[in-house]
Amino acid sequence: MKAVYERPRVLKDVATHYCPGCTHGIAHRILAEVIDELGIQGNTVGVASVGCSVFAYNYIDVDFQQAAHGRAPAVATGIKRVVPDTIVFTYQGDGDLASIGAAEVLHAAVRGENITVIFINNAIYGMTGGQMAPTTLEGMRTTTTPLGRQPAIQGYPLRVSELLATVDGAAYIARCSLHNAANIAKAKASIKKAFETQIQKKGFSLVELLSSCPTNWGVPPLEALKWIEEKMIPVFPLGEFKVKEGDAR
Amino acid sequence: MKMSATNHSVNSGVKILAEVVLMKGNEAVAEAAIRAGCRYFFGYPITPQNEIPEYMARRLPEVGGVYVQAESEVAAINMVYGAGGAGGRVLISSSSPGISLMQEGISYLCGSEIPCVIVNMMRGGPGLGGIQPSQSDYFQATKGGGHGDYRLIVYGPSSIQEMVDIMFRAFAVAEKYRNPVMILGDGMLGQMMEPVSFPDETPPPDPRSKPWATTGNRGGKSRLLSSIILDPEGLDAHNWRLQEKYRRAEKEEVMWDMEKADDAEWFLVAYGTMARVCRAAMTMARSEGIKVGLIRPITLWPFPKQAFEAVLPRAKGFLCVEMSTGQMVEDVRLSVEGRAPVYFYGRTGGAVPVPKGVLKRIRDMVSGKTPSITDYYDRVAGGERK
Ligand SMILES: Cc1ncc(C[n+]2csc(CCOP(=O)(O)OP(=O)(O)O)c2C)c(N)n1
Ligand code: SF4
Ligand SMILES: [Mg+2]
Repeated sequence: MKAVYERPRVLKDVATHYCPGCTHGIAHRILAEVIDELGIQGNTVGVASVGCSVFAYNYIDVDFQQAAHGRAPAVATGIKRVVPDTIVFTYQGDGDLASIGAAEVLHAAVRGENITVIFINNAIYGMTGGQMAPTTLEGMRTTTTPLGRQPAIQGYPLRVSELLATVDGAAYIARCSLHNAANIAKAKASIKKAFETQIQKKGFSLVELLSSCPTNWGVPPLEALKWIEEKMIPVFPLGEFKVKEGDAR
Repeated sequence: MKMSATNHSVNSGVKILAEVVLMKGNEAVAEAAIRAGCRYFFGYPITPQNEIPEYMARRLPEVGGVYVQAESEVAAINMVYGAGGAGGRVLISSSSPGISLMQEGISYLCGSEIPCVIVNMMRGGPGLGGIQPSQSDYFQATKGGGHGDYRLIVYGPSSIQEMVDIMFRAFAVAEKYRNPVMILGDGMLGQMMEPVSFPDETPPPDPRSKPWATTGNRGGKSRLLSSIILDPEGLDAHNWRLQEKYRRAEKEEVMWDMEKADDAEWFLVAYGTMARVCRAAMTMARSEGIKVGLIRPITLWPFPKQAFEAVLPRAKGFLCVEMSTGQMVEDVRLSVEGRAPVYFYGRTGGAVPVPKGVLKRIRDMVSGKTPSITDYYDRVAGGERK
């Protein structure tokens, strides 16, 4: 009998600590599938960030460094500069990447650092219990915006992919969503493109994944997926924002 | 290595090249790092250490190395974390405000046990302070600065030659303990020129030769460099294991120098630039018949308590001189443990105590006129500084 669906080799055979219905697990799975398909497991180094995915190394079986909050792109830069033939990726949440680590990710792109960033946008600080993130939607209630995010007081959600696409050093920037099977398949294709961008030494690549946090959004998992589709996508449109064609730098 | 009372060279046993060149401290530090096998440098401009990144930007590409100008010292120290964790021999340098920004990263480096060498060419603080030499980051370097129970191994060289020699030792010690090592210089040492000769070159290590370095698992067991341990028992065990390392460093890495100690009754205690000033003051005092010696800590952590034990039976008093309001003096008092009087003289902000000023304090100490440390602060507040 031919297996049509199995655990990617890179994904460890352990239970994760993620909440039921959280899409961090889906992101891990498609990332692992891409690493398998590209055959780069033995030559890849991951950088885990500070957020719910802090223990990503417990699930993805490659060499890993655990970075301080927001600093993963700087850590990845250091790794890549020492072993440039190694594939280096970071896995970061929106608090980590878009708030405390905004400078690090921007300047990694500015340098055209040849690394891949997997960016989980769930519009909230998951790990610390649901505080406002830079990506929190207008009117969205969080534990630190009890009345909903009010632009006059807390400003507007930050569109990271659009911002980074303006940077010349960025070679591949895409935003995908994990709310249904068709979009998960697209997300996987984008992650693969991002890694291929790195393998071809074209420069900085980032895939933003709209992701759910049923626990801190306070909704059941299925409703959370619907919420991504109905509320998040209008603010964070999907698509490729930068695709650098042609040869390596 | 334990230093004997007369052993001045930190590099005995290493063949010294005959060639002597005149070099600025900052440039000599950079060249020494390259010759010690360093191939990675991550920097951010700040006076008075700019010649180090500038030299590295020029020289590293010539030897197949990498220089990256980071977007901040925060990013720079985290690049060091990544590069050191991937097995590279890495240097980073800055001056006081920049070193403050690195404290989080330094704590992570210690927690994840990643080696590197950090140079701080100290300037006056707090805040933006000034750009003139200072020694006011002693607490930050030796007592923490970042969060958690960690230690840096800290060297306080007092000449350009010694900075060069210590650079070789610093990389070896950092890798021996898998811990960051700091060279605590000051703006004076960075900016002045002195003749210097370089030890034989050490080749850079192959990153893949380090079994713990994250370079891709090559089909073997995946490696992890991390400082997060949520289980209290696990973190407690990790901390005590780090302490074992630090205790070992206290046994094996302490270095100091003593001058004119054999017949001395009174002792100056100073490191770095201040030790040079004290040496001149010591000569002046001796010409007046005052038997003064100099204890010069070379490792600031681990602090050379042993040096004090050796002279305590005949010491009438210790005068600690610093370019700060009194930081190392606390370690001197801890070493002396009340068995002899400890006095202090210091200036800050780039105002450097001069030999005449130190001589005056030596005379006061000998004649019993030096105030206790508590009274000293009152007198300084009253305007008596020079
Ligand atoms: C310097 C620092 N500040 C704050 C924290 C606390 N902290 C841990 S996770 C986190 C937010 C993570 O949110 P996000 O990056 O969006 O990841 P998520 O949990 O949502 O996946 C914060 C603020 C920290 N660990 N370090
Ligand atoms: S808190 Fe949110 S982001 Fe974190 S694991 Fe739970 S659902 Fe996922
Ligand atoms: Mg988040």
